[in-house]
Amino acid sequence: MTYIAKPKVHAPTLAKNEIGLTRRDYEGTISTLCAGCGHDSITAAIIQAFWELSIPPYRVAKLSGIGCSSKTPAYFLKEAHGFNSVHGRMPALVGGANAANSDVTYIGVSGDGDSLSIGFGQMSHAVRRNVNMLYVLENNGVYGLTKGQFSAAADRGSLSKKGEANTMEPIDGCLLALTLGATFVARSFSGDKAQLVPILKAGIAHRGFAFVDVISPCVTFNDHEGSTKSYAYTREHNVEIVQANFVAPAKAITTEYEPGDATNVMLHDGSWVRLRKLDDDYDPTDRDRAYAHIREHQRKGEVVTGLLHISPDSQDLHAQLGTIETPLIELPYEQLCPGNAELQKMQSRFR
Amino acid sequence: MNRVNDFAFKIATANGTGSASANSLIMQAIFRMGIPVTGKNVFPSNIQGLPTWYEIRVSKDGYTARTSHFDLMLALNAATLQKDVDEVRSGGWLLYDSSWPLDANLKRADITYIDVPLADMCTASFKGVRERILMKNIAYAGVLAALLGIDTDVIRALLKEKFGKKPALMDSNQKAVDLGYDYAKTHFDCPLPIQVQPLDKTKDAILIDGNTSAALGCVYAGATVGAWYPITPSTSLMEAFRGFCQKYRRDDATGKNKFAILQAEDELAAIGMVIGASWAGARAFTPTSGPGISLMNEFVGLAYYAEIPAVLFDVQRAGPSTGMPTRTQQGDLMLCAYASHGDTRHICLYPSDPREAFELAVKAFDLAERFQTPVFVLTDLDIGMNDWMVPKLEWDDTYRPDRGKVLNAEQLEAAKSFYRYLDVDGDGIAYRSLPGVHPKGAYFTRGSGHNKFAGYTEDEAEYTEVVDRLARKTQLAARSVPAPVVRQAGGTRLGLVTVGGCHAACIEALDLLEKEGIKVDYMRVRGFPFGDEVTAFLDAHEVNFVVEQNRDAQLRSLLTLETGVPLERLASVRYYGGFPLSAQHVIDGIKATLEKAA
Repeated sequence: MTYIAKPKVHAPTLAKNEIGLTRRDYEGTISTLCAGCGHDSITAAIIQAFWELSIPPYRVAKLSGIGCSSKTPAYFLKEAHGFNSVHGRMPALVGGANAANSDVTYIGVSGDGDSLSIGFGQMSHAVRRNVNMLYVLENNGVYGLTKGQFSAAADRGSLSKKGEANTMEPIDGCLLALTLGATFVARSFSGDKAQLVPILKAGIAHRGFAFVDVISPCVTFNDHEGSTKSYAYTREHNVEIVQANFVAPAKAITTEYEPGDATNVMLHDGSWVRLRKLDDDYDPTDRDRAYAHIREHQRKGEVVTGLLHISPDSQDLHAQLGTIETPLIELPYEQLCPGNAELQKMQSRFR
Repeated sequence: MNRVNDFAFKIATANGTGSASANSLIMQAIFRMGIPVTGKNVFPSNIQGLPTWYEIRVSKDGYTARTSHFDLMLALNAATLQKDVDEVRSGGWLLYDSSWPLDANLKRADITYIDVPLADMCTASFKGVRERILMKNIAYAGVLAALLGIDTDVIRALLKEKFGKKPALMDSNQKAVDLGYDYAKTHFDCPLPIQVQPLDKTKDAILIDGNTSAALGCVYAGATVGAWYPITPSTSLMEAFRGFCQKYRRDDATGKNKFAILQAEDELAAIGMVIGASWAGARAFTPTSGPGISLMNEFVGLAYYAEIPAVLFDVQRAGPSTGMPTRTQQGDLMLCAYASHGDTRHICLYPSDPREAFELAVKAFDLAERFQTPVFVLTDLDIGMNDWMVPKLEWDDTYRPDRGKVLNAEQLEAAKSFYRYLDVDGDGIAYRSLPGVHPKGAYFTRGSGHNKFAGYTEDEAEYTEVVDRLARKTQLAARSVPAPVVRQAGGTRLGLVTVGGCHAACIEALDLLEKEGIKVDYMRVRGFPFGDEVTAFLDAHEVNFVVEQNRDAQLRSLLTLETGVPLERLASVRYYGGFPLSAQHVIDGIKATLEKAA
């Protein structure tokens, strides 16, 4: 099943990144998802993003809940610890893991059912905690593994494969994240790798909860006429309002800078995100205007994409908790136990 | 009958009136006089206004169980007067606030009434409503000091320790104590026959609650991550952990924390965080109570199957459902032993008092990491929230955490291969690796079917091989959980088996029964799965009284399920009304069984 290893192909001509690894070194096992699934394109974008950032795969932990999307961590970064956990509860695991070891790069992969229904609470509170992680919501508006029920992300009026219309209002992950104070909110499309890869890179570098909602059509259950999460619908209604470019720490921003239409945001590790506004009336660092902007386009039936919001002053979980720079798991026991002499001394308060 | 240093009294007040400070003042003073003493707080699920009681038992012989025979009642809550009058034992005393007249139908001929105009006295001596209410309670502490012969120097010293830095508070408290004390001395024949006289039986002891000591255990065990959702009666465990960490886990140079406490959105997330942190390599724990355990079931199954350490404290309260949040019970024995769907079985530890809660908290982390599995520490509201007199805590400075089989970067580098669930040593425990350490350590953790190589599987043989090893591993843990505590009376076919906080009541009951010529051997189980000693004890006795605090005889079920000893040999003695167990419950239960058999 999901551990069919990819055959190793010796390909000396493949490009290498700064640490001498090829894209192949960032791959995982062969996908068992349906041919043409949007999720596989996202997996490819994740592989590309980590490869471009030259992060050693074993320094990454990849976690997920349950569902089609949650299977995908098996398909990238085979040298990273993976965790396919329980439905909707991946955020808690990352929160705990991150509290214990802040020195690993965490990526969580989830779906619209996993995040917006069963895991609605967990995702929301991970946003509030600003857990330092890249959170990818692979959004197809439908339950795939259980064969085609509407998810909470399905638009009102959107038709199921059997032709029934969804009667309930959708939960929009990006609006939700903005409301909850998310410090990084993006929306992209699995079919637009050029847009998605820089967003993922920026999300990885961002210190805090980087929420990336990716419209990822389900070719089997939600790619038909009348669906608002199909390839065709998304291509037609997608409005890119802000283009993100990721600039690595070492590279100073000198070229291409045109005041007035680009905003540069520096991240904690010294890297930059350059945001090129494609809409004059947009400021990605302004949460309220980002929210209003998304709503405005939604009313016109459009899906806005791009890095919609970033807070330059993000304070992640560790900053809020005031934890020491050293990862907690690396503290020697001798620093953690007060010893018997102190135990005897302190017990005077119990007399 | 000599009642010196051997009596019990009860104080009835309303919640939120500051009576807690007065009660602990009295209890601490008796303790400092060298006399064994315990306090049981009977409180409502409420912040202000509902009735609350505090029971203090003075026992020169060191019995710490609850007694339901009260020699003296301080009936200071008009709302519960009738009930409180009824509860005084015949020949006892009832103290009431005579600022208001006592209803004629509250008069009993067989008890002595002590009338003290507490409210009037405080109205005359203090200003403002709040201070008058608070000082009324401190004033009754003064009355009690006179009636029971408590050393006023000790009280003065205690007040000084508490309010030394706030002279105004110190003065008003001392004034209130003196008011009560002087009034009682002037108006009554002090002390009463029930009275204290100095002993030297507490110098190596402390007064501590089990949530505080368990939190201390977590600190000493080296736990760095705690995740929780506040729930009565476990809340003070994490509050205590926070307090200790703020003192002992601050980096000198930066003032930064060497711990992380995560207040989760619910118990599902709390246990998820613990599992995540343990997966990443930290010692992590969550304190909760029964309703929390119910919510954690899904994740507990994941930790069991994916073999991730986790430590859970279940400070049990009366169930089912919300039940009685401020009453005690042992209703989660079965729930914890087999928590989650599918075939599961978990290591459980059962401390009997706060001292053991400290020790077994540490043990829990060692077992969780050694066996790579969730470990439950089951206390209860009585152990967790009441102040118990226990021997001082000791710590062995040579202790080092048992982190279990965790491969480091060098070991992984040197290893030919690494497969997460391979039983390399034949002891049922596989080697694990932590994220971020080494490329060869990578594996896929999953709650779905997996084979010994950590690969996904739906193959019957591969699946069975892993779950069979899990069964073997958990069974092997029976040898590593703490052995039962056994006390042989000798030459008897009767045995008593119990668990956790029933200990004190059972020991007292057996002492009393022995005086009547009924000899019973004693065993208190301390860990699950049960070791061979447990089966041997049950086998050695014709009748085993199984004493526990739940309706359905859960310990008895566990014993018969796990040891195969037939139910007929396990006579159930139960009390589950929500109060701590008393020796009388045990004696009544045993006698009833014996009479039925006779």
